[in-house]
Amino acid sequence: MSNSQKILISLIISSFWGLISNIVLGVFFILLIGSTIQFNYFSYIISSSIITLLIVFYDRKSLQIYISLFILTFILILIFTGLSPYGLNINENSFLQILFLLIQSFIILIGNIICLSGINKMSFNRLFLEILFIRVLKGFGFTFFLTIVLFPFYVMILMSLKTHQLLILNPLDLSIDITRGLNMFRSYIELFTDWGFGYYLLNSLIVSLSSIFIALIFAIPGAYAVARFNFPGKLLMINSILLIYLIPMITLLIPLYSFFTFINLRDSLFGLIIVYPAVTIPVAIYMLQGYFQTIPQELEEAGLVDGLSRTGVILKITLPLSLPAIASVSLFIFMVAWNEYLFAYMFLDTPAIFTLPRGLEQLDGTEVPRQHLMAGSVIATVPVIAVFLWAERYLTGGLTAGGIKG
Amino acid sequence: MGSSSYKKRMGPIEKQGVVQAYTMLVPTVAIVMAIVLFPLIANFWISFKDVTVSDLRIAEIKVTEKFQKKPKTKGDISKVEYRFNNFSKSSNIKNVNFKDILPKGLVIKELPNNCSISDNIINCQLGDFKPKEKKKLKFETIAENDYFISQENPKDTSPIVKGKSENRLFNLELKLKNFEEIFTSPNFWKTIRISFAYSLFSAIGSLTLGILAAQLLMTTFIGRGIIRGIFLFPYIAPIIAVTITWKILTDPFFGTINGILTQLQILNEPISFLQVRDMTINFIGFEFSFPVALSFVILFESWRYFPLAMIFILARLQSVPKELFEAAEIDGATPLQKFRSITWPLILGVLFVLFLLRFIWTFNKFDDIFLLTGGAAGTKTLTVDVYETGFNIGNLGTGAANAVLVFLILVFAAIFIIRFSPKE
Repeated sequence: MSNSQKILISLIISSFWGLISNIVLGVFFILLIGSTIQFNYFSYIISSSIITLLIVFYDRKSLQIYISLFILTFILILIFTGLSPYGLNINENSFLQILFLLIQSFIILIGNIICLSGINKMSFNRLFLEILFIRVLKGFGFTFFLTIVLFPFYVMILMSLKTHQLLILNPLDLSIDITRGLNMFRSYIELFTDWGFGYYLLNSLIVSLSSIFIALIFAIPGAYAVARFNFPGKLLMINSILLIYLIPMITLLIPLYSFFTFINLRDSLFGLIIVYPAVTIPVAIYMLQGYFQTIPQELEEAGLVDGLSRTGVILKITLPLSLPAIASVSLFIFMVAWNEYLFAYMFLDTPAIFTLPRGLEQLDGTEVPRQHLMAGSVIATVPVIAVFLWAERYLTGGLTAGGIKG
Repeated sequence: MGSSSYKKRMGPIEKQGVVQAYTMLVPTVAIVMAIVLFPLIANFWISFKDVTVSDLRIAEIKVTEKFQKKPKTKGDISKVEYRFNNFSKSSNIKNVNFKDILPKGLVIKELPNNCSISDNIINCQLGDFKPKEKKKLKFETIAENDYFISQENPKDTSPIVKGKSENRLFNLELKLKNFEEIFTSPNFWKTIRISFAYSLFSAIGSLTLGILAAQLLMTTFIGRGIIRGIFLFPYIAPIIAVTITWKILTDPFFGTINGILTQLQILNEPISFLQVRDMTINFIGFEFSFPVALSFVILFESWRYFPLAMIFILARLQSVPKELFEAAEIDGATPLQKFRSITWPLILGVLFVLFLLRFIWTFNKFDDIFLLTGGAAGTKTLTVDVYETGFNIGNLGTGAANAVLVFLILVFAAIFIIRFSPKE
């Protein structure tokens, strides 16, 4: 590959990294400091290009070289932006400015190194171009997906720590003011003391846990029967499990609303505790029976020979062996019950028995400041994400098996 | 060794197995029947009825009592008047019976024909009440000595009214009125069009993002598990929390997104993404109107459900031996060639199933649009219409008819898609 080809490609890739790191970090920086900044695209592109040319033509791999290149990137950006990397005086927010600049230098360096690794050994052909193209695309992809996924949650958390006046004054200012101390969490405290979020949290917990319990009690024998026995109508049963799963919730709404009104179950948690298991049982059966079938039947037969009853076999042999599947099913039911909005909204009228989604909806309808709304959203979101992240490592494809309703 | 090997003849042990299986299944099937299948059928029933939300209350007769010209001396004549009102707008109340206790010493001058009296208890047959019908019962009383001893007021005892109210939900009067109302509505085709566009593009959007994200996660790198977990956030967070956040983010006055876009000089002025129906866009001399709110809702759906597609595609790709990709690499296949000839054929089956599921579920979806726009600004789908007609307008029958429509369209869409699916 000729030098001019290398230079051309290096310049294209380095410009990409200079530009994208500047835009993305710039946006996050604006949100952290809350004031306008300048985007010095050109300075970043030039710094990035110089570094890239060094990487390509001085192709040595060692930690010292990388560290010196990192420092060089940092210095180059400072020089080309005239000591104000974000168009601000270096004295204000200097810690954040330097921190962001360090991150940015790191991204520029790593991005370019990964994209251009092995460029000197390759020949200039379609394979090479495509590999480079895919590398850049992946770099862009990670930036893009992480941004769109994290951005709303980032704003949700930062906004919940602000005060109303500050948010009205400058909606872009989401900076964390540590000097406010515990006052930062005022909206959370107020939600619990004045808005009854303690009850909502408790109600959500009651509903979710009872739903898991009831659904499992009904689903385990059903799944076991489908997995282990042969009976007339089995095929119909398996097929209808999947069909029931496709029935729209909205077609159940009006009949259930009327029915529950007649039997006085509508404005009660008990109504929800019946509905949530019922709509998740088909999926639970489907997931569990698949797992039960992987348990060798000989184990159960041994139990039967040793004098256990069928119930004994299920309780002492099958269930302990299918804990991963039961955990997956429980997680799935928990997520459905914790997040469910439609029935909670239609059924619950008394604030004392609101679940979190219902309480949050109520809050959204009043003229409440937005930091409270965001704090409420955080309160509703954190438990389910925490449970999910904690449980995920123990699961064997729990979500793929059935966590798809919604 | 499965239970299938016993199929040929049914001995006593197998029969016992059948009994056990049914015993285990009965409770499970019963609860699903009661909460899922029964309402589904009931929904069809309600869709042929002319019922409103107020019909859910059991109709009763309200009665008010008046006692005029309170007697001062013996022989004074007073008037007692009862007014009966059937407040229900739709229910008949039949064989209404009325009872009240009169104070001692008040003698009725002229007992109405339909009434009888014994031991100061007056008992009247009021006949049938039509919806909203009012009736009166008036008579005069003469005060006797006993009255001035006890000094009771007729109003001290509250009258008892009993009648047989029939609920319109349960009678056999079936009408096509609700369906007529839906099909003659001027917005009907528009709602259908919006529903289809919303489901189709949301399914395509989430699948596209899902394919891309899965491709990113197919490479091995440090922290891949963490990134995979983070990518799932939009999907596992409660819908209400993410819709509130996106509403605040896109607020035209204090919204973060509008602030950033104007900062970056991409927008000249803030746009209220969730409240603007159409925007005229001038593109190389061509002017066309662009549905802003609908597009935003579709973007939201793609954002929320791409993790799901991603997990399914990843699971499919990871079940394939790595050698397949390595062999292609040795043969000199470029990344795009590998994608086209290995990855794409592998995931096509999954993509098809995912598309079907996503299309159906987005079509069914109510919460997302309801919470984001409330069905305003050209985003009213059929499911939002179910809620609006059923509960906002209060016409349960029409709402149920809309729900029937959602269900039927889904059944047909599923059959159609499965019919023309590539054979696996």
